[in-house]
Amino acid sequence: MSTGSDGRVWLGTPAFPKAARTALTDTQLRRNLRHATSTIRAKRLQAVEELTDFEALREAGSALKRRTARHLDRYLEQLERSVTDAGGTVHWAADAAEANQIVTRLVRATGEREVVKVKSMATQEIGLNEALAEAGITAYETDLAELIVQLGEDRPSHILVPAIHRNRAEIRDIFQREMGAWGRAAPRDLDDGLESLTEAARQHLREKFLTARVAVSGANFAAADTGTVVVVESEGNGRMCLTLPETLITVMGIEKVVPRFTDLEVFLQLLPRSSTGERMNPYTSTWTGVVAGDGPQAFHLVLLDNGRTDVLKDTVGRQALACIRCSACLNVCPVYERTGGHSYGSVYPGPIGAVLTPQLVGVGQAASLPFASTLCGACYDACPVKINIPEVLTHLRAEVVEGGRQGLRPPTAEAVAMKAAAAVLNSPRLWRMAQRAAAVGGGVVGRGGRVRRLPGPLRGWSNARDTAVPPRESFRDWWRKNREGGG
Amino acid sequence: MRIALFITCFNDTMFPGTGRAVLRVLERLGHTVEFPQEQTCCGQMHVNTGYRRAAVPLVARFAEAFAGYDAVVTPSASCAGTVRESHPLLAGLGGAGLPDAVAAVAPRVYELTEFLVDVLGVTDVGAHFPHRVTYHPTCHSLRGLRLGDRPLRLLRAVRGIDLVELPRADACCGFGGTFAIKNADTSTAMLADKMSDVLNTGAEVVCAADNSCLMHIGGGLDRLSAGVRTMHLAEILAATGGQRP
Amino acid sequence: MSSRRTVLGRIRAALADVPRDETPDQVGVVRDYLRSHAGHDVVGLFVERVADYGATVVRCAPDEAAGAVAAALERHGARRVIVPEGFPAGLLPDGDWGWVRDDPPLGVTELDAAEGTLTTAAVAIAVTGTVVLDAGPGQGRRALTLVPDYHLCVVHADRIVPDVPDALGGLDPRRPLTFVSGPSATSDIELERVEGVHGPRTLDVIVVESRGAGA
Ligand code: SF4
Repeated sequence: MSTGSDGRVWLGTPAFPKAARTALTDTQLRRNLRHATSTIRAKRLQAVEELTDFEALREAGSALKRRTARHLDRYLEQLERSVTDAGGTVHWAADAAEANQIVTRLVRATGEREVVKVKSMATQEIGLNEALAEAGITAYETDLAELIVQLGEDRPSHILVPAIHRNRAEIRDIFQREMGAWGRAAPRDLDDGLESLTEAARQHLREKFLTARVAVSGANFAAADTGTVVVVESEGNGRMCLTLPETLITVMGIEKVVPRFTDLEVFLQLLPRSSTGERMNPYTSTWTGVVAGDGPQAFHLVLLDNGRTDVLKDTVGRQALACIRCSACLNVCPVYERTGGHSYGSVYPGPIGAVLTPQLVGVGQAASLPFASTLCGACYDACPVKINIPEVLTHLRAEVVEGGRQGLRPPTAEAVAMKAAAAVLNSPRLWRMAQRAAAVGGGVVGRGGRVRRLPGPLRGWSNARDTAVPPRESFRDWWRKNREGGG
Repeated sequence: MRIALFITCFNDTMFPGTGRAVLRVLERLGHTVEFPQEQTCCGQMHVNTGYRRAAVPLVARFAEAFAGYDAVVTPSASCAGTVRESHPLLAGLGGAGLPDAVAAVAPRVYELTEFLVDVLGVTDVGAHFPHRVTYHPTCHSLRGLRLGDRPLRLLRAVRGIDLVELPRADACCGFGGTFAIKNADTSTAMLADKMSDVLNTGAEVVCAADNSCLMHIGGGLDRLSAGVRTMHLAEILAATGGQRP
Repeated sequence: MSSRRTVLGRIRAALADVPRDETPDQVGVVRDYLRSHAGHDVVGLFVERVADYGATVVRCAPDEAAGAVAAALERHGARRVIVPEGFPAGLLPDGDWGWVRDDPPLGVTELDAAEGTLTTAAVAIAVTGTVVLDAGPGQGRRALTLVPDYHLCVVHADRIVPDVPDALGGLDPRRPLTFVSGPSATSDIELERVEGVHGPRTLDVIVVESRGAGA
């Protein structure tokens, strides 16, 4: 996988409109996405509607996250104490490089050269697998979708189901071609039935689980008061990694802390229903430090900043840190449904990616992402912690534009036009003149009240749409003539 | 009750007929409507494209133009949303008196169907429109203003109408203002699905509470010579004869 | 400067807008959500919801429990079955069973060779159809219910709480907890659910109710 030096954005990925154009022509991808998103939408809706107080749960989840963010330093210090008291070791990583160094050092200290991994956004964000590979350590992804991505030398395209862009036939081919090089090969006669594919993954990973001595995980939540870390999963690969190895290293974004263990009563109701549309996911594991005789006897918690404090600084953008990575916003997003995850050029795709990535890496590095939305609001409606994604998108658009104004970039033709439009619109007299000019101009180029081709940046629009020509008489001219006797 | 019409810059220029339709409906119900000439634009395009500072003078102009009215009625869900949600935030970037001026006006701004159903308490506006119609709830109607079934209740009361449900109605049509220009390809992909849903209803007219989305949908339908036309909801509510759509 | 200080310093600088004397409690959290979504028949709901996940559920009286265990194991063809420390002897059926004890602790190969594991549960949640294991008596360490391919869980009706809030309130977070809701599953391919990946592919639950209680 070719992530850039900064794991958060894939360097070399084109800006969103261009990447999307390529994705839109991939008919197989379009079909896979349409099928997957419509399935999961229906399930989520059913699971959410079953709880009459879901709105109250969302409010509480949102408020708990707000409380956490506003007192993050205090909760992290408390978490550190609780985990340490329970026999764990806490490490702090200011950025991706430091987190990778810490994990590499910890793995080396065990003398092992292989680790098993539970699906984790944080470790993808920092490019941990690549960093470990450079140090001669092989990381085996154990989540089925991550396995598909890893074997296919691919990139994840969804938070929850990273191989959503692949269908069963493609997956069969990947398993058959690649599994042998990583461990137990797929059966020769593997068919593309879902059961067969799942069984092949079970067989392939079983020996890894039973022999692994070091595991790396992420965390969904960590309770500050008790030091309890939580991993929510479905397949049991998480349980395998969290239980069988001797050493467990968990990399967790600093925003994942929650004040109290009992606050999980809110999040464990919100997350599964929003995410997979289940009342509860098959397995949720919690552990507090080290327990003698049960599970790993060495536990390390790496607290990762890597741009999160920059997000925290922005009082509007801060709310994006509340994300519990359920992926509901992706599944309901009409843009994501058509372009898929790769177009977003980051491990965080979809609406949350469009607000998180630019904040993590700086708006200048991902300037097209805040514009990759119609602001339709479906994401905000679906978000279990009520992140107002359209609000943050508009806010970030202003940051992009104002970054340009501060001379970071030359003023664009758009900026010039917008400025001119604002001046005209601020004067009813100029506005009236502009309207008349438009009506005359439209009358010249239009046929039958319609224009088929528009110039410049409007070409994309007119490729698929006719454009109405303004009528000769604006509303205000009509009013003056008919209601005030003026002209 | 002193009622002002906020036509919006877009309708003023492109769809003056919608403004006349709003007048017809409200006047038929016995109200007098004024048109403050100082009005221009709510600044939506500037705000949504990132030019929030450029929008501040437009916010001030709006507050001044519509000061003193009991109700400001507009045939645009997205512009009503901009005034009610964004203007109070933008007011902070303007002069000292602006927040108060905005606070006095913004809550009195109503999208047409809100005004008819909530303020005037009517659903039957005396319209007659004997055609097959489907209604597309635009995103700003549905999730922004949460108009709910107000538009449908008004449409159901129209005599002669054959109102058919639009499948996947809550899906965005792909317009999104400058999105349709900046991300024209993705916008077109969304438009294609919306058009296909519209065509599947067999309707002759697709209507909505916002002409901007309708211009996008209609532009696509016209390009295909699809035989379906777009009409603002107000124009259907204004119809009384057996006009051709 | 240590990264600990760097990160905490960045956080404090980023939160310049938060008044210095604000306490976390001043950031209000309204908890007017329901404590429970269950109706009166908590046991009945639990049974229904567990079954929804594709697990087999049986209800029985205390004196029928051992028989139900035997029937489940036989149905599944499991004889080499792990029985954790503290599992009630009265729930074990008589006969020629190959009970496997985790004393001394079983190695992974031995775990892998077992045909199933028989446990109790710390708590069960009706609304979500979940059993929660806390490694207490009758449950054993986490690996026991993970590696073997079959998990048979005996739940006493009085351990079933209506909903998630009650469950969390009654658990000890210092113990390792595993919330199990149906058999292992994945939706990673085309978002279609398939049961049985790495955890036990079959989950059977026996609910033991004293007469007059439950139903
Ligand atoms: S932003 Fe909200 S909806 Fe999207 S993944 Fe995060 S929590 Fe889920």
